[in-house]
Amino acid sequence: MTAQILTLTINGIPVSGLAHETILQVARENDIPIPTLCYLEGLSPLGGCRLCMVEIAGSTKLQPACVTRIQEGMEVTTENERLLNYRRKIVELLFSERNHICAVCVSNGHCELQDLARELGIDHIDFPCRYPALPVDASHSRFVLDHNRCILCTRCVRVCGEIEGAHTWDVKNRGIHSLIVSDYDTPWGDSETCTGCGKCVHVCPTGALSEKGKSVSEMLKKRPALPYLVANRTMERR
Amino acid sequence: MHREELIRQAEERQQFLDGFTHHILVCAGLGCLHNEEIIKTLRQEITAKGLEQHVLVRKVGCMGLCALGPIVLILPEEIYYQTVTPQDAPEIITALGKKPVQRLLLPSTLPFFTKQQKNVLALSGRIDPESMGDYLAAGGYTAVFKAITEMRPPEIIRAVQESGLRGRGGAGYPTGLKWATVAKAMGEVKYLICNADEGDPGAFMDRSILESTPHAVLEGMIIAAYAVGANTGFIYVRAEYPLAVKRLKLAIREAEKNNLLGHAICGSSFDLNIKIRLGAGAFVCGEETALIESVEGRRGIPRPRPPYPAEKGLWGGPTLINNVETYANIPLIIERGPAWFAAQGTEKSKGTKVFALTGKITHTGLIEVPMGMTLREIVFDIGGGIPDDHAFKAIQTGGPSGGCIPAEFLDTPVSYESLSALGSIMGSGGMIVIDDTSNMVDIVKYFIEFCMGESCGKCTPCRVGTAQIHTLLQKFCDHRATHNDLVALETLCDLVKNTSLCGLGQSAPNPVMSTLKYFRQEYLDRITDPIHPRQEGNQ
Repeated sequence: MTAQILTLTINGIPVSGLAHETILQVARENDIPIPTLCYLEGLSPLGGCRLCMVEIAGSTKLQPACVTRIQEGMEVTTENERLLNYRRKIVELLFSERNHICAVCVSNGHCELQDLARELGIDHIDFPCRYPALPVDASHSRFVLDHNRCILCTRCVRVCGEIEGAHTWDVKNRGIHSLIVSDYDTPWGDSETCTGCGKCVHVCPTGALSEKGKSVSEMLKKRPALPYLVANRTMERR
Repeated sequence: MHREELIRQAEERQQFLDGFTHHILVCAGLGCLHNEEIIKTLRQEITAKGLEQHVLVRKVGCMGLCALGPIVLILPEEIYYQTVTPQDAPEIITALGKKPVQRLLLPSTLPFFTKQQKNVLALSGRIDPESMGDYLAAGGYTAVFKAITEMRPPEIIRAVQESGLRGRGGAGYPTGLKWATVAKAMGEVKYLICNADEGDPGAFMDRSILESTPHAVLEGMIIAAYAVGANTGFIYVRAEYPLAVKRLKLAIREAEKNNLLGHAICGSSFDLNIKIRLGAGAFVCGEETALIESVEGRRGIPRPRPPYPAEKGLWGGPTLINNVETYANIPLIIERGPAWFAAQGTEKSKGTKVFALTGKITHTGLIEVPMGMTLREIVFDIGGGIPDDHAFKAIQTGGPSGGCIPAEFLDTPVSYESLSALGSIMGSGGMIVIDDTSNMVDIVKYFIEFCMGESCGKCTPCRVGTAQIHTLLQKFCDHRATHNDLVALETLCDLVKNTSLCGLGQSAPNPVMSTLKYFRQEYLDRITDPIHPRQEGNQ
């Protein structure tokens, strides 16, 4: 089956893509930056962080680029004052939600949330920080889960379920009280399903998941491996 | 069941009912207390007087006027008795056929009864919800026979399209268009879902319909499934509605027994099985994609749309999701024709709508009015106005994510368009009346607290945004707010409205935004810092 090729414009630049591709995929192919946090190539798209919201001509509604398929003749705007403003506010909301203290974080200097804040020019947070009292799960022999740094992007949940196939992680509670849990809310170290592969640690955009005993400069996350893993699995299936 | 069998059963039941000179109908809804004891004492009293052959006591669905319940209706005289207690039974029986009991009499000339137009609720309060015979005798299931034996699926869809019926669950999407999309969608297995996950505080339309006429909802679902080609249906109903669940289960069993559900329905080649799925009470599961996740057995979190359920829904198959009230309208449209339906209501909002009137209003209860009736008529004529000589302040429509409409817009006709023009929504039909004793900021804080607690947590703006809005409103309630907080509140509302993933987040700021528009002074009164000229200019 040959896929249909569609043409569209992103920020006025004419581009083309396959009918099943999303705006984000086409934009990245053409080096048009769209910020994301929950999206990670190789995992199923979630559309949860709402940072990749773009404007599409003819609609007042914003659409998330990571899950919106391209259409023929679509005119997409990925950057303007309104979108930048919304993105800044969303990142500010994320910072205000939990205890993100970069100076004492193992991911300082290589954190996706921090990088994004810097790119968007955020130098302060407009909203009062919530400072929730959240636990740190250091029961695993090699890894640590620090809920204070978690932004609930659920990359760990998806990588564990979709790629490792263990489904150790999930989310408990709802809304502002959501928390990542292992198994049926048991300490990570007692988990019967965790294989200890460490994929969750390496897809985590912040310092919420890290390896024990590593310094800030050592705790670099190795993300590029993921698409290859996915590709290999797909090959095996064929 | 064949048509002859249906007619025979209906006639038999009618003959049985006609054998009694008097019928005593007792409201047996969830809100009418002690109704079982009332029925018991009435029956005892009848036996004591030896009137078993002449008087029949039946439990029926909701009669609407919940504020004065339990209500007892005497037929054929059409005498309503209000706030009946088991002790009133002897008096009621003695007065049969004579002068009614003045002490309990509820005049049937009340605007509450006369100004309503009952289509969906016509049988509610008139038939026993647990008896299929009663529904058949009232003309039930004839629409299914007409649809399956006389009409082809495209004709049914065209009829629904011509009727102009729009989804009664909230968004008002044209029902016929939805059906046509599902009918055309490619997929071997199609599904049908009835959304009975009514979660708005103060709303009980769907519960009452399910409790009063469960067979009408089933009938609508059978016709819909036949029209779109679905063979499996689910009713997603919340577990907090035990009576509705019980009556639905009974109705499904009776329909299966009579071959109105199951294999080769009514002797045709059409099969349909309907199953009940209980919801655990998450408000977000009323959102169609979250509901589908929940039916599939997963955490109820919304999926991004598109793809819409009509294309890819339950287990990836094309899925038709409609609300309880939407399905309940279908048998009437098929039976009486689309033109009959389209003749009611306004140009763009056809038919009637069921509303649940609650709050500071005399006649709390369930009503059905034609679209286009003004809010004033609903509140002051049907609703009987505000009790204790208080003044009307606002009416909140559409549940926790609706807006508050002030007194100056009371003459607005109720329709999907007019309510959204005022910054509110039709929603599923909750109407909460607020009087001058309440402060709008407190009320809005309550609604935001509800949305915050019910946010699933999937997307950032709804998860954190609603919590931040709540923190800001708490400052206003505590008289600690500043002008900067007002600016922050407006910024946040705009953000949450425009960037949230599903309808819950997108409409959660509605109460704040509408009250900031119509009751701004109440916010300003709670600001403590002196007005800074530059900040005032920013607003």
